[in-house]
Amino acid sequence: MDVFAVLIIQSLYAVASLALISVGLALIFGMLRIINFAHGEFLMLGGFAFVIAVSSGVNIWVAMFLVAPAIVGSIGYVVERLVIRHLYGRRVIETVLATWGISLVLIGITSSAVGYFQRGVTPPFGSVRIGAYSEGGYTFFVIAVAIAIFAGLYGFMRFTLAGLITRGTMQQPDMASALGVSKTRVNTLTFVAGAALAGFAGAVMAPITGVVPTSGAAYIAKSFITVIIGGAAPITGTISAATLLGMTSYFTTLFTRPVIGEVVLLATAIVVLRFLPTGITGRFFRRGM
Amino acid sequence: MNTNWNRVGLVTMGVVTPCLLAIPGFVSAIVVFDLTLYALMAILAMSLAVVWGYGGILSFGQVLFFGLGGYSYAIAAINLGDTTSAIALAMLISMGFAALLGYFMFWGQISDVYLAVTTLTISLILGTTINSMSGTEHTIGSVPIGGYNGISGIPPVSVPFSPDHPLDFVSMYYLSIALMLITYFGLRWIFWTRFGRIVVSIRENETRAQLIGHDVRRFKLGIYVIGAGLSGLAGGLYAAWSGLINPDVFGVAFAAQVIVWVILGGLGTLIGPILGSVGIQALILWLGKTRLVDANIALGILFIVFVLLVPAGLMPKLQTVAERVLNKIHDKERS
Repeated sequence: MDVFAVLIIQSLYAVASLALISVGLALIFGMLRIINFAHGEFLMLGGFAFVIAVSSGVNIWVAMFLVAPAIVGSIGYVVERLVIRHLYGRRVIETVLATWGISLVLIGITSSAVGYFQRGVTPPFGSVRIGAYSEGGYTFFVIAVAIAIFAGLYGFMRFTLAGLITRGTMQQPDMASALGVSKTRVNTLTFVAGAALAGFAGAVMAPITGVVPTSGAAYIAKSFITVIIGGAAPITGTISAATLLGMTSYFTTLFTRPVIGEVVLLATAIVVLRFLPTGITGRFFRRGM
Repeated sequence: MNTNWNRVGLVTMGVVTPCLLAIPGFVSAIVVFDLTLYALMAILAMSLAVVWGYGGILSFGQVLFFGLGGYSYAIAAINLGDTTSAIALAMLISMGFAALLGYFMFWGQISDVYLAVTTLTISLILGTTINSMSGTEHTIGSVPIGGYNGISGIPPVSVPFSPDHPLDFVSMYYLSIALMLITYFGLRWIFWTRFGRIVVSIRENETRAQLIGHDVRRFKLGIYVIGAGLSGLAGGLYAAWSGLINPDVFGVAFAAQVIVWVILGGLGTLIGPILGSVGIQALILWLGKTRLVDANIALGILFIVFVLLVPAGLMPKLQTVAERVLNKIHDKERS
């Protein structure tokens, strides 16, 4: 029984971490049709903001829930005003290229500011005993955070006026403008929200992975693939893609080695794309968001 | 007034070629060594220029064939001792793999950003796999794959069928330049033939090409395999030039760099991507030497500025500017 409990928790953790690192990218891609290659750097910056805030005496939860999203959100605002707003409606590859440029600039600035040292924070909560096994309490926290984020996002999109306006603007930008909605403002706020979510996710992951100026590269491939596999609907798509990819890679890793788990994750992605060329939400859960 | 830009390109190449051949007489050995790398990367740039710029297939993971070619050359050259067949193998293995992958993608009607992700993913899979193949149990013939460290001690290209006469670096320079020029003119020729024109017509309007009665998938597969062969050739020669190859060639950073060469130089041209590859690499080298600004920051700003201001790329932009100037001169002559 204990074994099953551990298996369930660890596989849920695999899914939750994948979903967390992808949600900001999914929001920006789904709403704005921008593939943000600087997403990994947003995560990295969130990690740094968190780690530096904690080491200079800020309360760990304040640093995670306020400092990291606020700082990365502001960076997102600057980036959107300077570069991204010129990219709406352009070819996807151009958005990739420009945001890749942004990612290089962010890596350059961060590495000259803090140097190439690995920084980290010890995960809080200690460990929890499950029968004969023990599991880090932080694992449960990550799962809970992921659930809360997606529930919150869904609630916002589905039940609030702001969410309704956001969805409307994405579906019919011209009609929304005609009704007096500022397209520019919705776009900016969406991008800032995506960046802030990435910053928050980076802070959540930092105690587990540590953070260096180049750690964005480790995130971008996985989150990019998750988002594309998910398809156009950011919330449903990310959840379903993260579940599929996270579960397959976790159980493969369990029975073989981590490398094979990684390879199987990528191979699954290719097979899915072969049969569902527009991602999971292109075919299933079409009423999802 | 219509200027024939193909002819302009050919004349330019005609002027540039003698200069390239004369260079080793005037510069130091290390410069010749560096220039060899530029020539090889130019072949890689052209391989993507063909597939993406002419074929309209966004092969984000084009470096996958470069890496395959490099590893094939390394393994074959060390095992067989003969480097000529190793180069041939580097090309053939890349082309074979491209044929398989292309069949899977084009017959599955994967396109656009999804094709980009598929190719990139395959490249990452290969990278991850090779990365983990350290230890003595992973050997092919007498060559350990070497995991993260890659393969070192790869023999340089030698005179065909006489492995005891390896090429010195000046001959290697000439070989690379020659192959670059052959690639350039060969591709020019391909896009002059019926096959090449149909490939371009598919890029322009796939549905119409299909309705006219062309089997679009076959033409896409054809151009994809040609691009992969060139990429494999560049990879094999790169392994021979540097003497080592490691899994970094399969990574996102390198893949994105090749994309940048092509888009900065200009989609739909061959000269543009060549200039893009040389320019960007020279810039990286120069920034590394002078330490004027952080290389990442400078490159990042360059890419952003280019995408925002010159989205069509360098060569098409130059062409429109030149055309405008020529037209002005023409008008003045008439008035």
